[in-house]
Amino acid sequence: MSLLRRRKVPENERTQVPDPNPDGNQKDKKIIDKKIEIQKSQKQQSKWNCVDSCCWFIGCICVVWWVLLFLYNMMPSSFPQYMTEVITGPMPDPPGVKLQKEGLKAKHPVVFVPGIVTGGLELWEGHQCADGLFRKRLWGGTFGEVYKRPLCWVEHMSLDNETGLDPPGIRVRPVSGLVAADYFAPGYFVWAVLIANLARIGYEEKTMYMASYDWRLSFQNTEVRDQALSRIKSNIELMVATNGGNKAVIIPHSMGVLYFLHFMKWVEAPAPMGGGGGPDWCAKHIKTVVNIGGPFLGVPKAVSGLFSAEARDIAVARAIAPGVLDKDLFHIQTLQHIMKMTRTWDSTMSMIPKGGDTIWGGLDWAPEEGYVLSKRRQRNNGTSEDEATESKVKHVNYGRIISFGKDVAKAHSSEIERIDFRDAVKGSNVANHTCRDVWTEYHDMGFGGIKAVAEYKTYTAAEILDLLQFVAPKMMERGSAHFSYGIADNLEDPKYQHYKYWSNPLETTLPNAPDMEIFSMYGVGVPTERAYVYRLAPAAECYIPFQIDTSADDDDEDSCLKDGVFTIDGDETVPVLSAGFMSAKGWRGKTRFNPSGIPTYIREYDHAPPSSLLEGRGTQSGAHVDIMGNFALIEDIMRIAAGAKGEELGGDLVYSDIFKWSEKIELPL
Amino acid sequence: MGSILRFLKLCVLEPVKSGELYEKKAQIKLDNEKKSFEIPKIEKKDKGLSEEKKRKRRPNKEWRCIDSCCWAIGYICTIWWLLLFMFQCLPGLKVPEPPGTRLKREGLIALHPVVMVPGIVTGGLELWEGRPCSEGLFRRRLWGGSFTEIFRRPMCWLEHLSLDNETGLDPPGIRVRAVPGLVAADYFAPGYFVWAILIENLARIGYEGKNMYMAAYDWRLSFQNTEVRDQTLSRLKSKIELLYVTNGNKKVVVVPHSMGVIYFLHFLKWVEAPPPIGGGGGPGWCAKHIKSIMNIGPAFLGVPKAVGNILSAESKDVAFIRAMAPGLLDSEILGLQTLHHVMRVSRTWDSVISLIPKGGETIWGNLDWSPEEEHVCNSAKKMYQQDFDNNGNNSDSRRLFQVQEPTKYGRIISFGKIVSDLPSSQLQTLASREFMSNNSSSNSNAACKGLWTEYDEMSRENIRIIAENKAYTMKSLLDLLRVIAPKMMKRAEAHFSHGIAENLDDPKYNHYKYWSNPLETKLPDAPDMEIYCSYGVGIPTERSYVYKQSPSGRCNSIPFQIDSAADGSENGCLKGGVFFVDGDESIPVLSAGFMCAKGWRGKTRFNPSGISTYIREYKHKAPANLLEGRGSESGAHVDILGNAALIEDVLRVAAGASGSELGRDRIYSDIMKMSKKINIQL
Repeated sequence: MSLLRRRKVPENERTQVPDPNPDGNQKDKKIIDKKIEIQKSQKQQSKWNCVDSCCWFIGCICVVWWVLLFLYNMMPSSFPQYMTEVITGPMPDPPGVKLQKEGLKAKHPVVFVPGIVTGGLELWEGHQCADGLFRKRLWGGTFGEVYKRPLCWVEHMSLDNETGLDPPGIRVRPVSGLVAADYFAPGYFVWAVLIANLARIGYEEKTMYMASYDWRLSFQNTEVRDQALSRIKSNIELMVATNGGNKAVIIPHSMGVLYFLHFMKWVEAPAPMGGGGGPDWCAKHIKTVVNIGGPFLGVPKAVSGLFSAEARDIAVARAIAPGVLDKDLFHIQTLQHIMKMTRTWDSTMSMIPKGGDTIWGGLDWAPEEGYVLSKRRQRNNGTSEDEATESKVKHVNYGRIISFGKDVAKAHSSEIERIDFRDAVKGSNVANHTCRDVWTEYHDMGFGGIKAVAEYKTYTAAEILDLLQFVAPKMMERGSAHFSYGIADNLEDPKYQHYKYWSNPLETTLPNAPDMEIFSMYGVGVPTERAYVYRLAPAAECYIPFQIDTSADDDDEDSCLKDGVFTIDGDETVPVLSAGFMSAKGWRGKTRFNPSGIPTYIREYDHAPPSSLLEGRGTQSGAHVDIMGNFALIEDIMRIAAGAKGEELGGDLVYSDIFKWSEKIELPL
Repeated sequence: MGSILRFLKLCVLEPVKSGELYEKKAQIKLDNEKKSFEIPKIEKKDKGLSEEKKRKRRPNKEWRCIDSCCWAIGYICTIWWLLLFMFQCLPGLKVPEPPGTRLKREGLIALHPVVMVPGIVTGGLELWEGRPCSEGLFRRRLWGGSFTEIFRRPMCWLEHLSLDNETGLDPPGIRVRAVPGLVAADYFAPGYFVWAILIENLARIGYEGKNMYMAAYDWRLSFQNTEVRDQTLSRLKSKIELLYVTNGNKKVVVVPHSMGVIYFLHFLKWVEAPPPIGGGGGPGWCAKHIKSIMNIGPAFLGVPKAVGNILSAESKDVAFIRAMAPGLLDSEILGLQTLHHVMRVSRTWDSVISLIPKGGETIWGNLDWSPEEEHVCNSAKKMYQQDFDNNGNNSDSRRLFQVQEPTKYGRIISFGKIVSDLPSSQLQTLASREFMSNNSSSNSNAACKGLWTEYDEMSRENIRIIAENKAYTMKSLLDLLRVIAPKMMKRAEAHFSHGIAENLDDPKYNHYKYWSNPLETKLPDAPDMEIYCSYGVGIPTERSYVYKQSPSGRCNSIPFQIDSAADGSENGCLKGGVFFVDGDESIPVLSAGFMCAKGWRGKTRFNPSGISTYIREYKHKAPANLLEGRGSESGAHVDILGNAALIEDVLRVAAGASGSELGRDRIYSDIMKMSKKINIQL
């Protein structure tokens, strides 16, 4: 614009005024020259003022930006690594390179089974508001849509409240292929590091398979709706056949562990409920199951997640800006939406702690009692003050997964007055019309119900189930058709042929495959949620009536109570007990859960946080997802994939007290 | 990507713009000078003031150089962003209703699972293992996507895309693999759809990941090698079986495109052949699992383009040229080196050989005859005809002319324009033996070593003899290729055959090299199956070439060039050294339609069980304006995958319709007439 203006004005004047005084003398010219300059400067000043400085400013920024971008692009790709090495000393070779030098070659085909939330989901059919998102990721990737149209996003991510399947008119499906879970969000790896290392010794698409499934559905429903289990079966068969009969190595992670447990039962069960693979399918096709961070017996986190939507899954909290989920920012509505959405996901119920009081402890007892946060460290340092510290330790009632009030959590069971909530009358509907769009089942409970829940004071693992039944009857009704949380008395009972028992290791037998091996690999050394102190939330409109009591805190440095959460050893999400018990005791040797005596191995990885920011998420991490980048774990997996047996790896590798704790659990085997 | 574009813009456009700016400033200065002559008297009074202003001028001086640059950049950026913003805010243009939505209203629902088989070049390739120069590209696309690596490290890129010259498999230390899944070929480059529109429309009637499958394969390899290296055929077999079982025993509808058509033909034979060379599916496999094959733009009998490509790397595939910057491949910008590199790389790709025209002179015509000889290029486009009439030639004389001298399409390569028109009696042809035996010292020199092609091993003498031979039909052309690229042909002829079978029961035809040639295989025994040939018509398509010997340069070792000066024979079929016929821009109608029109029509020896065949032609209509993008009525080779009529056909078949319900044949071209002229034993 201004360019045009400048040009025009003088042009007009030129036409009006012909050149005066063509033979003017030198003096005149000099004066005139000066005059011109003054005028010009006046003009320039006035013109540069407003729009131009804006433009100038933008131009500056752009130029700087481009220059930086250019430099960044020109930078040799080894530069960051070089810098890191300068600062922190030489980095160890990635295991892929190391093992390639050792001469390891791809042998067994590898199947990855991703866990909850880490797999991508994409839209295939949606409502009007999701226009233009066809085959774009709703979950995973950049999560751009969460910010752009949050309500639409929540609507599309929710499942039907009654069936646990697609709501009408919406089809959200898992992304398939390795891209489904290699990176959860840009730069946040899940399987990518492992894939890259496997590729070094010769793996490629034809020998690797990502068994992605819709992790929102209950396990059997993934087969009903997407035939996901059939697909896994067919792919494993194909890979075994095309790789010269070498059996597959299965690597499930997190909830994928339970999913694959379900698969192993499903594939041998007769059609139509099962896959009809026959009783020796697993023996024929599976070499090893390498469970990474497996919540075999559930996670306490799932309880608080369902109860008050407050426990945050690592991946969610880290990858999505934490502010979005934070109730301080958007107030309680956000949490309510999240709660409403997650309660339609059947899969979350697969992770409710299983085995009741026998495993997780009663009011006054828990297998982990006597655990001191700092104890293990000390032992690792070589000092032997075990006895001394242990005597000092206060008794922590881990068995009480939920207690109302800090004092209740600490008191002896005889001192607690409990009023049974089960018969409490649910009061009139508290929900008013303004809350309708964020409806949760709490509004059906009424004040009476809420009060009754709080007055029962404390809940153990078995009672948690009753509690959830009480506060979320619809969800639990849906869920109990797909999952079970008990311990089988008699595994021969024909009722255990139903698929709802398949993902509970305490109610199924392992397949008849004595040559198979089962590994439990998990991180230890990270405080992990184990029990919660709750309080009643201050009444407000459309609120969730229960909250973790973040003020409950111990002054003692050694204490396990922090911000209302009792923590224990684990990998930040899954307590050691849940990840290790089956391999340490439940399946060790020939037991009734493991009739063919499949050998089991425990491989623990002690957590060491990255020493500097440059290392990213570290190569020695033991955290639930970050462990996928742990070099020791990757090396173990690669050796197994290249043909090694459990004994060749060195058998068990244990840092935690898992064997001690397992001994304390009285379970008929 | 956006920022890179902007950066490029900065590099290319900015100097020009800022240059302009300076000119303008100079202009203003001049203008101001003239203007100020007007008011010399006031000036004296203001002298005091002017001193003050002089001081102010100093900061102004700094505005001059960098600042005006910044200013200009900022200015352009702001406008750019504003436009971008407005474009984003623009309410969606009135898009014609996609066929999927309409058919859904009609009540169509997903029934048969759909398998898509992409063609050559449209599938993505990614790196799994590479040389040090490719660091950081692990699992990134080398082919497809944004092609940024071509610009950043072209030599490295070429090295990784090449295959081994001897085996036709991976060179040592390099593993480049096909991208799996629907993403493999939904978009070739950002914004350049291939299968995306079809997928979207299928999704509207209920298709999703579980009943759609993209049979991606490494399109550089020969078909049997995809099985040897990647077990791609086994994978496809297992996937089809899985789709069949999990969708309630519904047979699959296969939709191959371009080279995928012959790939799938190969698969049909492979799957029923006994192991180890076959898939061991047994003789009833196809009948059990496949409902219909909807071949889109099928290259059944090959494409003449492939010949030009091998001979001089000069005919360019649609996708190739459109997606990458065209300048990159153009020999005039980077010299012949580029073409040379392209040639070297593409010669290691066995699959290119699969596209060489098949059936020899019987199908493609000899020196004096060709099935398309009556083709009038002008009638293919009415616009041409009008121009012609306006020029004063009356149509009678034109017709007369054509009767006298039909275009000799049979001469696929002729050296010199005159040769292409001469009657055969005046041509002096050498027996191919002569130039084959004449093998003297190689003329490659050390400087050209990096760019080695097989041409360097040929002597000048040989090249001259080849050029003197004047005209090549399909038969002598194969001999020619064997001479100029002996290694490539030796490698490839173990995998492909280009003849016509005399006796299909001959046991030699059990070899896999015959499987992708429809003239040397039988269709499977599956009488309920249906085969469609769907292709676009109405676009001039390369059919034969006029060549010349290229001036010899230093490293200029491609001795032949299309003679782009040869232009304008009277019936308009010759342009830029290329004779055109009707087709879809890549594949002549004859190649796409002949098998469905005659070779397989009814019970023939190529189709012993009498599988019904249908021809579905789609007349090309260029998009009316730029906003339409590539148009919903296009007939061009790749763009036809966005053709609404074709999509509707595919959707109807997928939802259960048979060929007769679609309305059987739909023909615009002369394919029936042309096929009749071909004398082939059926």
